Amino acid sequence: MTATMEPRSVEPPNAEHEIGKARVRKEDDHLITGRTRWTDNLVLPGMLHIALLRSPMAHARITSIDVESARTMPGVVAVYTGADVSPDQGSLPNAWQITEDMKTPAAPSLAVDTVQFAGEAVALVVARSKAEAEDAVEAIDVDYEDLPVVLDLAAAAQDGADLVHPDLGTNVSAVWKYDSAEAGTGGDVEDAIRDAEVLIERTFRQQRLIPAFMEPRSVVVDPTGMQTTMWSATQVPHILKIMLSMTLGIPEHKLRVIAPDVGGGFGGKLQVAPEELLTLLVAQKLGKPMKYTETRSESMTAAHHGRDQIQKLTLSARRDGTVTGLKVELLADMGAYLRLVTSGVPILGAFMFNGIYKFSAYHFSCTNVFTNKVPTDAFRGAGRPEATFAIERIMDELATELSMDPLELREKNWIKHEEFPFDTVCGLTYDSGNYEAATAKAKELFDYDGLRREQAERRQRGDTVQLGIGVSTFTEMCGLAPSRVLGSLNYGAGGWEHAAIRMLPTGKVEVITGASAHGQGHETAFSQIVSDQLGVPFEDIEVLHGDTQSSPRGLDTYGSRSLAVGGIAVVKAAERVIAKARPLAAHLMEAAEDDLEFTDGKFQVKGTEKAVGLSDVALAVFAAHNLPDGAEPNLDSDATYDPDNFSFPHGTHLCAAEVDTETGYVTLRKYVCVDDIGSVVNPLIVEGQVHGGLAQGIAQALYEDAIYDESGTLLSGSFAEYLVPGSPDLPNFVTDRTETPATGNPLGVKGVGEAGTIASTPAVVNSVLDAVRQFGVKDIEMPCSPMRVWKAIQSATGGAQ
Amino acid sequence: MRITVTVDGTAYTDEVEPRTLLVHYLRNQLGKVGTVIGCDTSNCGACTVHLNGHSVKSCSVLAVQADGAEVTTIEGLARDGTLHPVQEAFRDNHALQCGYCTPGMIMATIDLLSEDPNPDEHAVREGLEGNLCRCTGYQNIVKAALDAAGRMQSAGGNR
Repeated sequence: MTATMEPRSVEPPNAEHEIGKARVRKEDDHLITGRTRWTDNLVLPGMLHIALLRSPMAHARITSIDVESARTMPGVVAVYTGADVSPDQGSLPNAWQITEDMKTPAAPSLAVDTVQFAGEAVALVVARSKAEAEDAVEAIDVDYEDLPVVLDLAAAAQDGADLVHPDLGTNVSAVWKYDSAEAGTGGDVEDAIRDAEVLIERTFRQQRLIPAFMEPRSVVVDPTGMQTTMWSATQVPHILKIMLSMTLGIPEHKLRVIAPDVGGGFGGKLQVAPEELLTLLVAQKLGKPMKYTETRSESMTAAHHGRDQIQKLTLSARRDGTVTGLKVELLADMGAYLRLVTSGVPILGAFMFNGIYKFSAYHFSCTNVFTNKVPTDAFRGAGRPEATFAIERIMDELATELSMDPLELREKNWIKHEEFPFDTVCGLTYDSGNYEAATAKAKELFDYDGLRREQAERRQRGDTVQLGIGVSTFTEMCGLAPSRVLGSLNYGAGGWEHAAIRMLPTGKVEVITGASAHGQGHETAFSQIVSDQLGVPFEDIEVLHGDTQSSPRGLDTYGSRSLAVGGIAVVKAAERVIAKARPLAAHLMEAAEDDLEFTDGKFQVKGTEKAVGLSDVALAVFAAHNLPDGAEPNLDSDATYDPDNFSFPHGTHLCAAEVDTETGYVTLRKYVCVDDIGSVVNPLIVEGQVHGGLAQGIAQALYEDAIYDESGTLLSGSFAEYLVPGSPDLPNFVTDRTETPATGNPLGVKGVGEAGTIASTPAVVNSVLDAVRQFGVKDIEMPCSPMRVWKAIQSATGGAQ
Repeated sequence: MRITVTVDGTAYTDEVEPRTLLVHYLRNQLGKVGTVIGCDTSNCGACTVHLNGHSVKSCSVLAVQADGAEVTTIEGLARDGTLHPVQEAFRDNHALQCGYCTPGMIMATIDLLSEDPNPDEHAVREGLEGNLCRCTGYQNIVKAALDAAGRMQSAGGNR
């Protein structure tokens, strides 16, 4: 056998630094061989299975529910209706009361009297097998009495609209505002609008999306131990533990939550789900282990959706292109209930509509509205893709209005490299950035000038296939989050993260993190960090996470926070280990602490060969035979890190789209992005996050749309209709980076998980419009499907319908 | 119904209901949980295995249809601790993140390369159309497939 190709990801050994190395992942060995621990794999003795009956009606009163036939079917152990669990089920929590007067409906896990969205659970069957449970579900008879279905977002917000929750008296849950003049972070936007030389007013639609993680949600509960143990395909084991405890009145110390292998989340598994609550409730009621795994169809209809906003923007500028003011008025579709973060997602975007530009006045208001659809909640970017889409689209609109090159217009208005740190009109301080460098690199990689020439030639010839170029220069606020800021926004929890390091006597290291990976490669990245910090080989480090018993403190993974917050907690814990070891090392070598320096895992007496390894100290601590008086025989340390500020990655994304004017079909000819995510721990992982983010952002621009029909039934309820892109549907991405370290943490790292998604959607839509504006097309609502693009061209040119 | 299926080299004889899907038989009766379920409309391909040497979506095959057949799952690829070149290529090219689509993606890639040992990027993208991934954006999966093709060619033919 001839020599195989050297894996491209392994770089020449570098004794200096693990950080920056394109390390192949530790996680992969079990994932590529099928030795996985998905929640649905779990089998416990005597375990029973749950199936749910879900309402086909979007808004109805349950007038009768007959479970008697179901009860007698083979294998059935129990059947529950909402009435049965009503005394115990409580109300699913919402952690973000964004205003004092926010209206929060009661949120049962099993509907009792009425259903508020198609897909809401109305009955629960427990049986000895999943098949028997599902068979019994079909034998349950429910009579529904139609209630008016509220679907249109704008109509729902009006006075006199039919109500989703009549007891609330309105469909408006809350109205949240930010005004730069009131806040003292800028001028009065009404003045800017009044004095505008150019005024751009646009309304954009952020369509509803489905997170569509590949692993369907699954939960197993074992109530038979001293603690009740829940395994769940969740992003948030710690949050689940405290929220379920508080909602069901289970003492927190009697509950253990484990996130085993989790197959993707994207915000969709950042939730306290009715299915999780019900499985826990029923398991404790029956005293038996219980499993519930959803089908994909259930996931599409009943797991929370993302986005869904109507955005009205007013931008004021001077004739030379300098922007002055921005007014944003949002309508945000909550769906039928406020789930964990539903109410706050639009607010997360409130501070980012200004983007990278120096606006002097800003006003934001968002009206959160109920409809008879499944609730919305976090989905990759959570509020920031919505904001970036709006600003990057309207900047292109301004460029078009002024006949300016869109990159030139942006450069005129963006924060210059020398101006960092910069206090924005939204009250945030961007720590560092270099928009010039990222843009220059992107333009070069993209061959911006060459493609513009080609575009002009095609236009001149009137080719059937026209070329469009779209720009998106984004920043985002991630690394959620400084706890005080969350408090000022009334979010129910903090944003710290915890890490602990255990120094084992044989020199190996266990790192415990409160972050909860579901594909992000934390085990590898954190091993790299600890290896550098402690001088311990990469292979000698084990990263433990996801189990509240071994990782008792944490705030889990979302909002691109695991490295920027969780990774820093790891660094601080490592620093404490070294600080604990130093006096012990000095004692062992009979030297003075001040004479020691710590490098490459060893304490060395300066100017001599005398050294003792950290692992030697760990062994000495274990035996404790020779430690200084009063020293505790323990090097283990932990740290809880609360960031001072958000993290502000940025980037320049350029998209070239070919639009077939006869079919409306869009092909992405080239996609280039140069992102600055601060210092890089593992370039492979970073690129992977960018690729995955781009795929989802492009999918919003071109393919995905969660559509309800007029009776409130989700039409895009499977992968046959909801177009998660496949491999032929996406181009190769050209990705590169600039590195402007974050100033707020010792590693200089920023978050990257959501950046690709945030940046790419407007780049793609801008490119499609750039190709067809020449025909008089003003806008195309996402997704820019062939039908929509074709129709837009047809109506603009007065062509055949 | 009584069926005998050889899975990853071992013959199993079991009673199954006629309606039992192959993927459920593998997971629930044989404990072969390396093969997973991602959808219920046969779109996602996460359940892909090999049936008598060709890739199938095991959610679209009844267990009774596999009677007398040979099935290879992700768990049967590595031989004596040596990974299949496609498995190695996936790891080395960071072609997986959460790993849920990975078994199906690897099985589909092996089948693709057995039919087309030297595909170009376009052929790989078209060939893997039946396998959805939500994490990677496919770029590294395509890279891994091309890398594996190269490794397998230099090794002198497929496994």
